[in-house]
Amino acid sequence: MDRVKLTINGKEVEAPAGSTILQAAEMAGIEIPRLCYDPHLSSLGACRLCVVEVKGNRLLPASCVTPVTNGMEVETETDAVVQARKTILELLVANHPLDCMTCDKMGACKLADYCYKYEVKDSPFVGERHHYPLDDSNPFIIRDMNKCILCGACVRACEEMTGQDNLSYLYRGFDRKATTAADVPYIESDCVFCGQCVAVCPTGALVEKSMSGKARRWDIDRVRTTCPFCGTGCNFDLAVKDGKVIGVLSTPEAPVNGQMLCVKGRFGWDFIYNEKRLTAPLIKKNGQFVEASWDEAYDLIAEKFNAIRDQYGPDSFAALSSARCTNEENYLVQKLTRAHMGSNNVDHCART
Amino acid sequence: MAGLATTFGSGAMTNPIYEITEEAELMLLIGTNATEAHPIIGYKMRQAARNGAKMIVCDPRRIDLVDEADYWLQIKPGTDIPLLNGLMHIIIKEGLEDKQFIAERTENYEELKAVVENYPPEKVSEMTGVSVEDLYAVARLYATTDKAMIFYTLGITEHICGTRNVMSIANLAMLTGHLGRPGTGVCPMRGQNNVQGACDMGALPNVYPGYQAVTNPDIQQKFEKAWGKELPNKVGLKIPEMFEAAHEGKVKAMYILGENPVLTDPNANHIKAALEHLDFLVVQELFLTETAEFADVVLPAASFAECNGTFTNTERRVQRVRQAIEPIPGQPNWITICQMATRMGYPMSYEHPSEIWDEMSSLAPSMAGVNYDRLEKSSLQWPCPTVEHPGTPFLHSGKFTRGLGLFQPADHVPPAEMPDKEYPFLLSTGRILYHYNVTTPYSPGIASVWDKELAEFHPLDAEKLGLKEDSKVKITSRRGEVISAVKITERVQPGMIWMSFHYAETPTNELTSDGLDPITGTGEYKVAAVKVEKL
Ligand code: SF4
Ligand code: SF4
Ligand code: SF4
Ligand code: FES
Repeated sequence: MDRVKLTINGKEVEAPAGSTILQAAEMAGIEIPRLCYDPHLSSLGACRLCVVEVKGNRLLPASCVTPVTNGMEVETETDAVVQARKTILELLVANHPLDCMTCDKMGACKLADYCYKYEVKDSPFVGERHHYPLDDSNPFIIRDMNKCILCGACVRACEEMTGQDNLSYLYRGFDRKATTAADVPYIESDCVFCGQCVAVCPTGALVEKSMSGKARRWDIDRVRTTCPFCGTGCNFDLAVKDGKVIGVLSTPEAPVNGQMLCVKGRFGWDFIYNEKRLTAPLIKKNGQFVEASWDEAYDLIAEKFNAIRDQYGPDSFAALSSARCTNEENYLVQKLTRAHMGSNNVDHCART
Repeated sequence: MAGLATTFGSGAMTNPIYEITEEAELMLLIGTNATEAHPIIGYKMRQAARNGAKMIVCDPRRIDLVDEADYWLQIKPGTDIPLLNGLMHIIIKEGLEDKQFIAERTENYEELKAVVENYPPEKVSEMTGVSVEDLYAVARLYATTDKAMIFYTLGITEHICGTRNVMSIANLAMLTGHLGRPGTGVCPMRGQNNVQGACDMGALPNVYPGYQAVTNPDIQQKFEKAWGKELPNKVGLKIPEMFEAAHEGKVKAMYILGENPVLTDPNANHIKAALEHLDFLVVQELFLTETAEFADVVLPAASFAECNGTFTNTERRVQRVRQAIEPIPGQPNWITICQMATRMGYPMSYEHPSEIWDEMSSLAPSMAGVNYDRLEKSSLQWPCPTVEHPGTPFLHSGKFTRGLGLFQPADHVPPAEMPDKEYPFLLSTGRILYHYNVTTPYSPGIASVWDKELAEFHPLDAEKLGLKEDSKVKITSRRGEVISAVKITERVQPGMIWMSFHYAETPTNELTSDGLDPITGTGEYKVAAVKVEKL
């Protein structure tokens, strides 16, 4: 592939032809602020926060959509650039409910991060504000369109990742909105609740309902694991606060799925706290289950299994292992069946 | 996976998931509703189709991906083999087969040729309901596209002829040389999260971990030495045989870990009777499931969030499962199994699941190079024989696992049960997006939105029966009856009803047929004859 040579902040940089300035900078370890850019989505060039100065260019181009050329000289944090970014942020903040102290996205909100970086406290622009009602009519996602900055990431994620095409832009000007067809709540739309839109939203406009009011992002421990539902093997992080799972967060690092998940992986985890979970061994006595200690249970199991094997032979025993359990558990079950019970009668439920 | 194991020497998905968006020029989907059963794979297929890859969908039902497809072959249920034979017939007649691949890498081609000779397009069109024109178009397209991947799931395996279906798919791929390269292959997509892993670990009656035959004396000796016990060399019972043996009083005790066959096996009533017949049943489960109700002892299980370990996904990728919270029953499952074994007189003791993995991988050459330290850095796809080996994204490069690929021609096997006067509807079953067998209905969030079975009826049938959206019906087969609500949709053909099997209140599997694939013993979940009464 052809390579292009340019300088960014005085540093000589090489990048494959066709890269954007933002990508070339990233490869050189220079981070350019961005709101609407997501490496896994098409580039929109909507927010203009990524503007940079290019020598010989009077305008400040948006680096996420401007390709590099040979000999280009780029500056990413000049006064003009900083001023432009401040203005963009001030305009966004003018129409943003500044309830950051109770916002669930705080800690993972790009808008707040960049306002901090560029010292934007509030806005000199006094503008009209939206008063959209909250859409929390579904069990999974809370939508607060008052916090939407129209970066379009949700629209692109829905179309380009899931292909559900459930979101688009409606209305014009101040009323412009990234929303469902006919602007109905998610639950009444064609939404399949994959939550891709939530994963890419840079603000508190889209948040996971299960995590709402439970923790700020910096209080959350993330434990990388593998989805327990289908054979695709998506990876994600369990969000843990005070020893409890409060949600699932996807990660671009997941080898199979990246940021993508389906409704089961993203929102189905709450079965682990179903009140019907068994917490102690049960022994059936006179047709009724009664709670027992582990010791009692093991004693009874050992006595019965061994007695039946001794009386009727190894093949009077059979084990059904599990396509839902770990490899290690499966290994132990077949080992126990073969080595101790002496039978190859071991199988699991979905051999297909 | 008996089909692929005989044909290629390995039953696993040949090519990785990422090739869908990165390599494939054509995707042939047979009996797989990917956007619902394997959503992320389905989403990737949709992305690939929208980026220009061709898509062919063979399914009796108008699944979502039909919207992205270049061809939709709406076959009559249970006619996959005639379809595949018909495509091969055309490919051979037109000289589009990969002669070099056949000559160098396969055997038994002449027999295949003889069998598919009997499937001319006109006859196949009659049998399958697909137009002659489409048969030609699809045969030519698949044969002449360089990088073409085939995908299938339960739609193809949960038939009385499931194994033969799979072999026919393998025949088609070999005939056209679509194997052993990126962007090609035969991809069975595993239903549950760790079906692949359970097989890899030897939770099968005929093999030890790593697909090493229990009947091979050298292998037997190796495991006897490692486990310090004499081991049986006779192949054990498959699931349906276990329950049969329980019926007959030959199997007297069972241990069931994390499975709910009463809800998920075809012909649930038969299973219940078998469980009742046992002298002693131990079930280790998260919940008091329909199966656990039959137990003498129930051990509480820990969920995936409470255990360390690994799962192996459908593309043979071993990945870590990490404990995030304290186990709700007080201990992870591997400890419970170890303590139980120890009490039974067979001591098992490990400090951490990584030690269990290490013991396993020291005995299974195909996974010998995988360990927890490496998995900490990245997932690995087996075969991975040494710690230096990078893993194997696609199989059968240059040579099949068994050496030469074996053509295994198959003839049409009609479903065990077809509609008749008394039972005029054809019932077909599958998975829906929002549920996954048995666990998701326990998710309060998911259950609150999708809380009951909705049997799908074609509008014409609905009208005939006087059904409306959400009407209640009684659906009866020769084996049982269930009550369900109704959804009216053109996704199904007239004369066909489609249901899932996720809901305890509508245990669809009480209806399904007890016809079994003679090779794998897989139940015929897909097709059963039923009658319908409006309530
Ligand atoms: S909802 Fe979020 S992702 Fe969508 S446009 Fe608004 S800010 Fe961007
Ligand atoms: S949850 Fe998924 S389907 Fe629903 S709007 Fe968001 S991206 Fe689209
Ligand atoms: S997130 Fe969805 S597609 Fe991915 S493994 Fe889980 S159930 Fe399967
Ligand atoms: S990040 Fe470049 S325009 Fe938004």
